[in-house]
Amino acid sequence: MKRSIADWIKWTAFYAFVVVIVVISIFPFYYAILTSLKSGTAIFRINYFPVDFSFQNYATVMTGRNFVRSVINSVLVAGTTVLLALFLAVTASYALSRVRFRGRALLLVTILGVSMFPQIAVLAGLFELVRFLGIYNTPWAMVLSYTIFTLPFTVWVLTTFMRDLPIEIEEAAIIDGATPWVIITKVFMPLLWPALVTTGLLAFIGAWNEFLFALTFTISETQRTVPVAIALLSGASEQEIPWGPIMAASVIVTVPLVALVLIFQRKIVAGLTAGGVKG
Amino acid sequence: MRSDITRAKHHGSGGGELSLEAQRRRAAFLFLAPMILALFFVAAWPLLRTIYFSFTNTSLTNLYGGEWIGFDNYLQRRELSSGRVVWRGTLVDPAWWNAVWNTVWFSVVSVLFETVLGLMVALVLNAEFKGRGLVRAAILIPWAIPTIVSAKMWAWMLNDQFGILNDMLIKLGFIERGIAWTASIDTAMTAVLIVDIWKTTPFMALLCLAGLQMIPRDIYEAARIDGVHPFKVFWKITLPLVRPALMVAVIFRMLDALRVFDLIYVLTPNSKATKTMSVISRENLIDFDKFAYGSAQSTLLFAIIAIFVSLYIWLGKVDLSGEANR
Repeated sequence: MKRSIADWIKWTAFYAFVVVIVVISIFPFYYAILTSLKSGTAIFRINYFPVDFSFQNYATVMTGRNFVRSVINSVLVAGTTVLLALFLAVTASYALSRVRFRGRALLLVTILGVSMFPQIAVLAGLFELVRFLGIYNTPWAMVLSYTIFTLPFTVWVLTTFMRDLPIEIEEAAIIDGATPWVIITKVFMPLLWPALVTTGLLAFIGAWNEFLFALTFTISETQRTVPVAIALLSGASEQEIPWGPIMAASVIVTVPLVALVLIFQRKIVAGLTAGGVKG
Repeated sequence: MRSDITRAKHHGSGGGELSLEAQRRRAAFLFLAPMILALFFVAAWPLLRTIYFSFTNTSLTNLYGGEWIGFDNYLQRRELSSGRVVWRGTLVDPAWWNAVWNTVWFSVVSVLFETVLGLMVALVLNAEFKGRGLVRAAILIPWAIPTIVSAKMWAWMLNDQFGILNDMLIKLGFIERGIAWTASIDTAMTAVLIVDIWKTTPFMALLCLAGLQMIPRDIYEAARIDGVHPFKVFWKITLPLVRPALMVAVIFRMLDALRVFDLIYVLTPNSKATKTMSVISRENLIDFDKFAYGSAQSTLLFAIIAIFVSLYIWLGKVDLSGEANR
């Protein structure tokens, strides 16, 4: 079959557009890696392709004041928040997806509303609560405040997942005399694992990236999470921004996320579409 | 929790008064209680306290020493001894209205661009071609990068002296000298918009793609056999059918854009041209020790968003709970 010229032009235009999409998506991350591998004053020469391969910036970051500590803080905070949210969400989602009761639709919309909250609107009240509980400047302040977006999100996504599980399985279990608790733990949980992994991952990314609460509820460098540490990373003097180490730190915290996202691509896309959430 | 449920069951089988449905409903409430309680403490209660603070003169250092001062943080009429009347409060504060304008401008422009570009990318991804998986993986990268990190990456690329973007533009002959993208008052908003659109278009594209994939393929087949022009197919078939998914995507993005904080705080710190409602509220709450004044501003932001959501759901007849088609 011979292609006409018009077809050929269409085909070229289409692929040109595809190439533009890919280049624009990847370039900033590529450039950050390229910059992070430059040492000293090489950073001030603009290159489009890698020329230096120095790990000096990475060494600076890893041995620097508190960066490793911040990474540990972030992992602990995000991990605890996600486990807590999943634990509360599984049972709640069962009730929301499987049991008919008055006010269910209203409750669902309210939960969605909470996840869409402008976080600044609760900042003053949460600040008071955090101070009152004596957890200011500790990871617990973040675990508490992150629940405001991880919990509604996990409930919402798990509810949509559970709705789609076949009703017959549950009916069979009910006939066998299983209580709702048994249905959740013995019947639904094995089916829900993929959904739990996806939801947990998305909630983890959300907690890992959070900035406003982490910035407001911590004061000392040792308590900071990664986004705050990167945002406030400063050089020897006020004027001098340490771009090399900032790019190295950025690459360190982004590579695991990008890897996870690429591995769980399909599941993440499904979870995103169900939850409609932005990272 | 387990004991409660088993008790409910015993009660049911013993007395025989509780039907299966009633028993399930009782279990449902027990299951829901911890979540509702948690949300009450982290969302409802802090929100109520913020609203309360906005009617007091509480300060950051003395959280419990505030006194009720009514609407003074919002609007206050003061008569000077000379007889001149002075108005004070957020509602007559030019800095606040500047922030409102910045927020609205940012939200409308960014969401508009993200929707159009997102739909374009989604249409590409919906076509069948070699390397589609690769493209989908590539567009997930901006989404996966933390906002703070993308702000820093772009801040470096947009640097006035050593930034690669200025270098590109100079080499292509568009500009003579480097632009101070983030520092200059004329370009700061553009810089913020560029980064936000770059970061969030993938999200829009994925939501649009999900909508596109729901459209049955045979509709396109029929249109092709009838010889309908592709543009007409897009306007008359694709767009109307993808509209519900698009409406939901737009409202999610809009709500997200209206509360934007981190990108602006890091990319263009202290720039009058980009300061949004969230940024100015936090500044007053924490940095300037005008705790109550900041509370009033964040309460206003909440009210604006609540009104926007109600209007959108009411006018657009968007079924957010997904209950209608059950």
